[in-house]
Amino acid sequence: MMNADQWIDVCTRADLVKDSGICVRLGNTQVAIFQITRGEQELYAIGNFDPVGAANVMSRGMIGSVSDEPVVASPLYKQRFSLLSGQCLDDSDVQLTVYPVRLLGDLVQLAAAMEP
Amino acid sequence: MKSNNILVVGNGMVGHHLVENVIKNNPEASVTVLSAEPRLAYDRVHLSEYFAGKTADDLALCDADLYQQWQVKFHCNSKVKTIDRIFKSVTTESGEVYSYDKLVLATGSYPFVPPISGGDQDHCLVYRTIEDLEAISVSAAQSKVGVVVGGGLLGLEAANALKQLGLETHVVEFAPQLMAVQLDAAGGDLLKEKIAELGVSVHTSIATEKIIAGDSCRYKMCFADGSELETDLILFSAGIRPHDELAKCCELEVGPRGGIVVNDACQTSDSSIYAVGECALWQQRIYGLVAPGYQMAKVAAAQLTQASEQPLFSGADMSTKLKLMGVDVGSIGDAHGNTEGSLSYTYENQPESIYKKIVVSADRKKLLGAVLVGDCSDYDNLLQYCLNSIELPDAPEALILPIAEGAPTLGVDALPDSASICSCHNVSKADVIAAIDGGACDIGAVKDCTKASTGCGGCSALLKKVVDTTLEQRGVEVSSDICEHFAFSRQELFDIVRVEQIKSFDDLLDRHGKGMGCDICKPAVSSILASQWNEYILAEQHVPLQDTNDTYLANMQKDGSYSVVPRIAGGEITPEKLIVLGQVAKKYDLYTKITGGQRVDLFGARLEQLPPIWAELIDAGFETGHAYGKSLRTVKSCVGESWCRYGVQDSVAMAIYLENRYKGLRAPHKIKMAVSGCTRECAEAQSKDVGVIATENGWNLYVCGNGGMRPRHADLFATDLDDETLIRYIDRMLMLYVRTADRLQRTSVWMENLEGGLDYLQQVVIKDSLGLANELEKQMTHIVGAYQCEWKTTLENPEALKRFRSFVNSDEPDDSIQFIRVREQISPRSTVVASEDEPEKELA
Ligand code: SRM
Ligand SMILES: Cc1cc2nc3c(=O)[nH]c(=O)nc-3n(C[C@H](O)[C@H](O)[C@H](O)COP(=O)(O)OP(=O)(O)OC[C@H]3O[C@@H](n4cnc5c(N)ncnc54)[C@H](O)[C@@H]3O)c2cc1C
Ligand code: SF4
Ligand code: FES
Repeated sequence: MMNADQWIDVCTRADLVKDSGICVRLGNTQVAIFQITRGEQELYAIGNFDPVGAANVMSRGMIGSVSDEPVVASPLYKQRFSLLSGQCLDDSDVQLTVYPVRLLGDLVQLAAAMEP
Repeated sequence: MKSNNILVVGNGMVGHHLVENVIKNNPEASVTVLSAEPRLAYDRVHLSEYFAGKTADDLALCDADLYQQWQVKFHCNSKVKTIDRIFKSVTTESGEVYSYDKLVLATGSYPFVPPISGGDQDHCLVYRTIEDLEAISVSAAQSKVGVVVGGGLLGLEAANALKQLGLETHVVEFAPQLMAVQLDAAGGDLLKEKIAELGVSVHTSIATEKIIAGDSCRYKMCFADGSELETDLILFSAGIRPHDELAKCCELEVGPRGGIVVNDACQTSDSSIYAVGECALWQQRIYGLVAPGYQMAKVAAAQLTQASEQPLFSGADMSTKLKLMGVDVGSIGDAHGNTEGSLSYTYENQPESIYKKIVVSADRKKLLGAVLVGDCSDYDNLLQYCLNSIELPDAPEALILPIAEGAPTLGVDALPDSASICSCHNVSKADVIAAIDGGACDIGAVKDCTKASTGCGGCSALLKKVVDTTLEQRGVEVSSDICEHFAFSRQELFDIVRVEQIKSFDDLLDRHGKGMGCDICKPAVSSILASQWNEYILAEQHVPLQDTNDTYLANMQKDGSYSVVPRIAGGEITPEKLIVLGQVAKKYDLYTKITGGQRVDLFGARLEQLPPIWAELIDAGFETGHAYGKSLRTVKSCVGESWCRYGVQDSVAMAIYLENRYKGLRAPHKIKMAVSGCTRECAEAQSKDVGVIATENGWNLYVCGNGGMRPRHADLFATDLDDETLIRYIDRMLMLYVRTADRLQRTSVWMENLEGGLDYLQQVVIKDSLGLANELEKQMTHIVGAYQCEWKTTLENPEALKRFRSFVNSDEPDDSIQFIRVREQISPRSTVVASEDEPEKELA
């Protein structure tokens, strides 16, 4: 187990795509990272596996907002997930893992997910 | 705290429904389930689908995980033998003792096997459980002939199963007609005829006396009238009997002909014991259908959990609609006209084998019952008249006469709020409307929260009508704002973009919107920008706006891989190019299929494979086929005058011209076209948004056709056009559509919603009544001139290519995408769940 303050370098700023997502791989885990140019927080990271469509595709979803909460819509069946909590807005039983993510200079870093 | 131990005996459909409702009412409830079967509840109603390939798992209504999650204790293979009402406990066959505070008997019923000598041999079977069906399969494999004893609803379903298992099938019925409970004599006779036509021999008015060894088959059935029938397998379906032995042995009150007597609260003569489903006898009646059982389960569950609302059981409607071996059969209410003074109307159409009867009250104001054979299209309508006592029209016979007579169908509006929409789950019209008001905005969501249409499915058409109508009504009430970020309709946004010369989403959002946008407004605005300016859609400012498929210029498949569809204009392709497609498919091991649009689709490419695949295709002279875009798809063609002996124009050349002209035109929805070389219409042009059919003198133009979910024939728009006029009209019509349609509205719906419809469209396009023709044509000329192959541009653009990577920190392929081989090609394996187990460990 690692501490939440243990950060791992995953890619650089140049890998990000503005207002869209990319995917990084850590062992067997896939994490989607989004860069949002509007709003306070710039980076968000959530699990890349879409539990509804059962495929690793969340990084290819479209981002947007629902009453000011940043969300990503799954590219497969369009369920929206909060980027803040990972909660699915269209099905209360579904939840994605949210990972702390930050920019350190040009480096994008991830930390272990917080227990929900 | 948990002093209220609920023990449920039997885990059939109703027993399970009871458990579900108890947990719903009180998630803390202490429930124990004892089931005589080896597995938990499954869908008996759809049991026959087992023969069509469904497995026990497919039919399951619940599983161990779910019960564990609910903290419901359960024991399968635990048949209860005795009940001790004084010590409040039960004992199973294997000697286990379970105590209860409240006991529920949900023991269902068993098939009645008439006491016929020789009826207990190995290949004499029944049709009730999965084990029964397994036994039937085994027996059928060693048999040639099968007989079903009993021509009721279940017997005929069983006969169909035997027939599908390849047996020569007979039905033997004691009564003079089939389905005597539901149908009248005329209906039963017609059904018999139809079933006989399908190759099942039906013998009515015949009683089996004994079953002895056969000569040519395993058995010989000897009938009371002296006739005989040889068979290898016998299935008894001669009615059901309630499983009331437990009640009898502990002296609960049972009916004279069986069944555990219950009151309106589903309580037996012992107030701590309830009975629900097919074992229960309410007011002298046993209900052999699942819907009434579900209602009893709800009633008992409310009692057991002391819910605030305590509904009572008040009987149930036994109307049925089903398809028996492809024959539609419906029975509503008093089908036999037993009500005093009732009158009936019948309609019989011998040539088409249709029989319909309605039974009405003496004053001809109310519908009491109906029988339908051969055509059930009036069922929903009649059922609503009957259940809701809606006053009949002056000439009630109109309800069953063919449409040509103008039968007054009940609009959904005419239904009272209390109208029952789904009887399986007891959902009323008011419930559906409440669900929609509560935020359910499509059929799926409504099903989800009301459960309507998730039982027998018989109500799905009616449910859809109610949902559609309600939504439509809401659609008029709710604002036409595209979403929460823009207080404008699509058409208004289009005009803003055009007038203010806006070129990016951000600019539009800053000036006229709020928030960050969403998956509704972004693609809509992106499409508007493309229709207006036709810039490269993967330019930095446009990337975040694109719908899934447009972002990677390919169609995402269920496993996250993509398909590749190069344009093959008009369906014409050289052998060289065909070979290239084959070579590329082979090199990247892509599943290859000819599409319904006269081109070739290559499936199973991973994200990082798309650029190299397209590089090879473009080298060979291919272009993107825009299969991913809300844009022109294909222009289908028939071979036309150059080869076909009937062709009167060169349809292939025209199709290719049209496809090349409009390719890349982004629109509110996809656009499809077709060109046929003569009136034989081999290109199916009349099902397309734009259809062109050759005449001796030129072309006939058809518009606003649609295949898909709601097919619509295209309307004839103009005749005998020369090439130039044809193109002008299409330019104008398409541009008008692009400007004024709603998002995701095909041309068919667009035109139906245009005030003035076809006529108006002809005025604007042909007569130029709005003085817009010039502008529309100019706009189209601009779009045509600005065409680029998006894949070509992308391959030349390193910034854009950067996104075609599965992972930014690894070049490894995404191993969660895996294939199996089916018919010599790849096929997606269900996704490997890689990130399920504690992802943070992987991180560390
Ligand atoms: C590949 C193909 C099936 C095939 O194997 O033949 C196909 C495949 C898909 N169709 Fe289709 N349709 C295909 C021909 C059709 C046709 C027949 C035709 O075009 O002649 C129709 C009916 C005609 C029509 O559109 O009016 C058709 C009506 C639909 C519809 C319903 C549209 C409607 O108005 O109701 C959808 C859903 C939608 O677009 O919202 C759809 C959507 C889809 C999607 C895009 C579903 C999706 O989002 O994943 C499928 C993805 C294709 C892929 O990954 O490449 N597809 N689809 C056909 C591709 C033709 C082509 O070469 O481009
Ligand atoms: C082939 C077929 C098609 C049908 N089609 C339709 C249809 O289209 N529409 C419709 O409405 N209905 C249909 N039905 C009827 C429907 O399946 C029943 O109405 C429904 O299953 C009744 O549910 P139940 O829970 O009361 O009884 P069951 O589903 O029979 O469940 C009773 C359970 O209790 C168990 N049990 C019995 N005694 C004991 C004991 N002593 N101890 C422990 N467990 C015991 C039994 O083994 C069984 O598992 C069909 C039935 C069949 C067989
Ligand atoms: S018909 Fe349905 S399943 Fe078949 S290709 Fe079209 S969208 Fe897919
Ligand atoms: S009536 Fe059976 S599912 Fe609705």
